[in-house]
Amino acid sequence: MTPSPLDNDRLIWMYTQMVRIREFEERVKRTFEEYPGVIRGHTHLADGVEASIVGSVANMQPNDYVLTTYRCHGYPIALGTDTKAIMAEIYGRATGLCKGLGGSMHLCDPSRGFLGTSGIVGQGIPHATGAAYAAQIRKEGQVVLCFFGDGASKQGAFHESLNIASLWKLPIVYVMENNGYNVETQTHQEDANAAAGEDLSVKAKAYSMPGITIDGGDPVAVYETVGAAMERARKGEGPTLVESKVYRLSAHGNLIAPPGVPLHYPEHEAIAVFGDREQYEAALKGDPVPQFRGRLVNDGVMTNEQAEEILSAARDEMQEAVTFGVESPFPENDEALAYVYA
Amino acid sequence: MSHELPYIAAIDEAIRLEMERDESVIYFGQNMATTENAPYRQAFGDDRVRVTPISETAEIGMAVGAALAGFRPVVELYMAEFMLVAMDQVTNEAPRFRAMSGGQVKVPLVLKAGWGFTAGWAGQHTGTLTNMFMGVPGLKVVSPSTAADAKGLMATAIRDDNPVVYFHNYLLTLDHGEVPDGEHLVPFGVADVRREGSDVTIVANAHMLNQSLKAAETLAGEGIQAEVIDPRTYAPLDVDTILTSVGKTGRLVLVDSAPRHSAASNVIAGEVVERGFDLLKAPIVQVTALDATVPYSEPLEAYVIPDADRVAAAVRGVLGTAPVGV
Repeated sequence: MTPSPLDNDRLIWMYTQMVRIREFEERVKRTFEEYPGVIRGHTHLADGVEASIVGSVANMQPNDYVLTTYRCHGYPIALGTDTKAIMAEIYGRATGLCKGLGGSMHLCDPSRGFLGTSGIVGQGIPHATGAAYAAQIRKEGQVVLCFFGDGASKQGAFHESLNIASLWKLPIVYVMENNGYNVETQTHQEDANAAAGEDLSVKAKAYSMPGITIDGGDPVAVYETVGAAMERARKGEGPTLVESKVYRLSAHGNLIAPPGVPLHYPEHEAIAVFGDREQYEAALKGDPVPQFRGRLVNDGVMTNEQAEEILSAARDEMQEAVTFGVESPFPENDEALAYVYA
Repeated sequence: MSHELPYIAAIDEAIRLEMERDESVIYFGQNMATTENAPYRQAFGDDRVRVTPISETAEIGMAVGAALAGFRPVVELYMAEFMLVAMDQVTNEAPRFRAMSGGQVKVPLVLKAGWGFTAGWAGQHTGTLTNMFMGVPGLKVVSPSTAADAKGLMATAIRDDNPVVYFHNYLLTLDHGEVPDGEHLVPFGVADVRREGSDVTIVANAHMLNQSLKAAETLAGEGIQAEVIDPRTYAPLDVDTILTSVGKTGRLVLVDSAPRHSAASNVIAGEVVERGFDLLKAPIVQVTALDATVPYSEPLEAYVIPDADRVAAAVRGVLGTAPVGV
């Protein structure tokens, strides 16, 4: 079973979403220099992971659900959430997607099936699994996309959830975005499968479900693999674990520092921690966004002029998002107590 | 109209009635409904009633996810301590989603957790954990002491749009009581004055409530009239009813089976001192468990956990500090 083939419009749509995510993340990063102090706490960027995000969510039907980690800006952008509301949320403003109460790590847009995130590694996996249980009871063909990182696969929450999902044949696809690093620990330093030279998708074997490893930098491969897994889930045949190999092009997150210390994005851990400039430069050469642009232009799907127009429109959109965010008011104090209880 | 039921059956009655009333109520946990003949499975089917593996993090986390997706899960946890295995889900996931989403989502779920099995269950199944959960914004915490409240608080918990920790005391499991027929809802945040009195206020819950009522009987024989209050719900906490009583009696004895510094009585004492210091004729006394892991051996278990004698002695002490009539 394969998902419906991608026509040119759909391919260009995918490229457009990848560019929008990239440009959004660039503006988040630039905000630390342009407007010091406007972003607080911890942000985590998806630059480098766009192909995996877009290729996956391109398969979502209107009633499907998605739950993600705290590295969560990209998914709602691809789903059509207003980037002004997302940026305003990251700036802690009343106009933010979550009214300024969630911030960068806790985006949520249930109107588009995005039920939320956990900021605690791995703990969102059972939430997604529970949403899949809800979908199974409801019998309306809903499927859940569950995103998490390679690091999360060492949490009990991952193992407990995959066991139940397989046992109950829940309609869910587990997309493990393996970016090679748990903060600054490399995967082979903390994962027995990786240390043994195996793909992390072998973990699926322990739960008698299919496990597939793919190049997460190829949006078409991601679309096809995740799409096939979603079709399988929709037919009631159970979950799949997809290991999507990606490379995040920014450091894990911005500098962690107490108030008063200016925040910024440090160099990627490959260089900053391991001194491995070669690894990072190879990743830059394989950057999925220009790679996909080149492929679509070469294949005659779009022209360079179209690509420039897409980029220019994304830059304008994100400038608007930044302007909207910085000009938006902060929430009133009583908002702090307004949503504690339903 | 009412009928007599044991405490544990009253909880069941509430879950059954709510499952009949609302198809979005689902019920799952370990070692329940393992055969097709299991009553809940027979009544409500395999979709809404499921046995789970021993995976508390997944069970409670899945309840969060199912709640986000529109259902009202009740998780059968048997032992309150099993929540500790999944503390993140209980205290840092379920109660956070509504607030962090700016009110876009809600997480209606019930964690049904038995507690305080001080009947030889030794160190890891006998805790009083109320205080660990009552201070978590977004979470509600309830603890019935009677069969009627067991039914009424469970029904209210299931209908509540927030995550609720529903503690049921294992020592009360077979205590019979009159339970209202049909729909019975006990509101959260309303304490129950179980015995009226003018000399001292005793606040206690569940097994400690029964010990306090017993102490009050003994004290009545000595001419001391104790007012005994059951908070029933700890989050929200009805401080007003306690303050009103203290306004009448001027003396407060708080009974709690938790160790001294993890007792909910600490919170009640703080509220009363801050809001009602002028009402007090004597210092507040807390009768708590000793700061010990609950021992297996019966006399030692009894030594650690408060009982009616210790409550009565505390009351006499409080009255000795400021004798009746002063």
